[in-house]
Amino acid sequence: MLEAKSLQYAYQSARKFTFPDFACPNGQSLLILGQSGKGKTTLLHLLAMLLKPEKGSISVDGQEVTSMSPRSLAKFRAEQIGIVYQKAHFVNALTVRENLLIANYLADKKTDSAKAEFLAGELGFAEHLSKKTFQLSQGEQQRVSIARALMNGPSVILADEPTSNLDDLNCERVIRLLKAQSEKIGASLIVVTHDQRLKDTFTDRIFL
Amino acid sequence: MNLLNLSWANLKDKKLNSFLSTLLLTLGIGIISLLLLLNKQLEDQFRKNLRGIDMVVGAKGSPLQLILSSVYQIDAPTGNIPLAEVQKLSRNPMVKTAIPLSMGDNYHGFRIVGTNEKYPEHFAAELEAGDLFEKSMEVTVGYKVAEGAGLKIGDSFAGSHGFDKEGESHGNHQYTVKGIFKPTGSVLDQLILTPISSVWDIHADHENHAEADTAEKEVTSALISFRNPMAMMMLPRMINENTKMQTALPSIEINRLIELLGVGIDTLRALALLIMIIAGVSVFVSLYNSLKERKYEMALLLSMGATRTKLFLLLLFEGLLLSLIGFFAGTGLSRLGLWLFSQTAERDFNYSFRNFSFLPEEIYLLAAAIAIGVVAAAIPSIGIYTINISKTLAED
Repeated sequence: MLEAKSLQYAYQSARKFTFPDFACPNGQSLLILGQSGKGKTTLLHLLAMLLKPEKGSISVDGQEVTSMSPRSLAKFRAEQIGIVYQKAHFVNALTVRENLLIANYLADKKTDSAKAEFLAGELGFAEHLSKKTFQLSQGEQQRVSIARALMNGPSVILADEPTSNLDDLNCERVIRLLKAQSEKIGASLIVVTHDQRLKDTFTDRIFL
Repeated sequence: MNLLNLSWANLKDKKLNSFLSTLLLTLGIGIISLLLLLNKQLEDQFRKNLRGIDMVVGAKGSPLQLILSSVYQIDAPTGNIPLAEVQKLSRNPMVKTAIPLSMGDNYHGFRIVGTNEKYPEHFAAELEAGDLFEKSMEVTVGYKVAEGAGLKIGDSFAGSHGFDKEGESHGNHQYTVKGIFKPTGSVLDQLILTPISSVWDIHADHENHAEADTAEKEVTSALISFRNPMAMMMLPRMINENTKMQTALPSIEINRLIELLGVGIDTLRALALLIMIIAGVSVFVSLYNSLKERKYEMALLLSMGATRTKLFLLLLFEGLLLSLIGFFAGTGLSRLGLWLFSQTAERDFNYSFRNFSFLPEEIYLLAAAIAIGVVAAAIPSIGIYTINISKTLAED
């Protein structure tokens, strides 16, 4: 369960964003739709605690996170939050498998090869595990980054424009997988996008 | 998956950059390490052969040449001196021993040296087999000679004139091997020792029968050791002024030689240091560039829970790994260089430099390599602490 209340953020006081209150229960999904410049990425970074809000509160499973120290935030983020970015980025020097396992390592957990293989099978890139990430197509890369977000069994999954670089077929597939996987582990899924194709696939929607 | 794996993967991913940095480090460290090795071994060889020899007397010429030819058996002798003068000198109360040496012939490139039993005594040489030479035309050989020329006790051979293998052979005068010395680690190992009379016999015959009997007997040089340090002050002057001979003090000449070599060694060392500094710059540039490219990657790792210190260490490891590879490759390279040098020195001078063990000074070299790698990696990596995660992730 993720809850956001009266969030506010300003870049050098010139551009000020005020966000509506919302909540997303475990196993549910929420679509936040808005045009460019409405603060979509800012909101997602606030939820991911990469930015500190000026005002307001964010709580995950009842735990207030805005007041955490940077060190415990990093730990909390590693364990509880999975992020899928607009453009899938990886550690170029590593293979697909290693890119998945590094999520475990950074959260101070034992690396779970079995889980990486299981997720690769579920998301349909099992045959690419030993390749370098740049050898994959964009749709495949996006699925790898979903798997990476799931590696630590997070309670919140945040997706920033996960479909904007994908064609219709891959777009549909990525969203279906995101929803299925977050439901399966009981995580709250929040998708931030301007992609109108997603409008009808979510029941819970917020417009910025 | 840990930091070290990740560092290693990053280095492998940038093969050419890593190769260049390592190559420069390897060269720098290799040259310095080779200099250290050569310096130590040359000094060892110089000192070992010098022990107990206070002065060398020989024909007038270059004193350094006299030392090199008589003590180290590497240069041509300066000429001959009358035996009578040497005998007179050996009766001087300030002289403890005077060992006459007579050179001029070789067998398979090994010098045949006419001398007496004091010469092997001087090197504390022990016999491996057989006996010491007694009569004319009997020889006792060093262990390298026995090995290199394949000589056994009872074998006979003819020497060739001069110090090249191709010299004119004294075919009708056959030496007989009476004994073989144990290895001494000194110049003796590569010599064939025979009584001085053998040399006279051969060359008297070689030149002119009638003249030989009346001619004054000559030797090439003599190694002198003093009874007391005072002799050092008086004898050289006395000999240089009153006889046709010259004296050379090995300690002075060798210091002069090392000084002469020193200029070259210093230049080479400065060059090696410069190469190592360039290696440091290369590590710096390649990490700086790769960090610029990997800024997003770093922000990504930070957003996934990595601490900045962890990423700083990650980059530090990359520098450290390059340093270590460079160090081990460099010390390996220097041993290869020493081996090649030894091959040449053995072929030309019968000297070998075969001590490949790790030198204590190389610890400092290791420390310097690590310092260069770590500092060169640390400077660009400080940038890790100023990355704005949100901004970097949003920009790309």
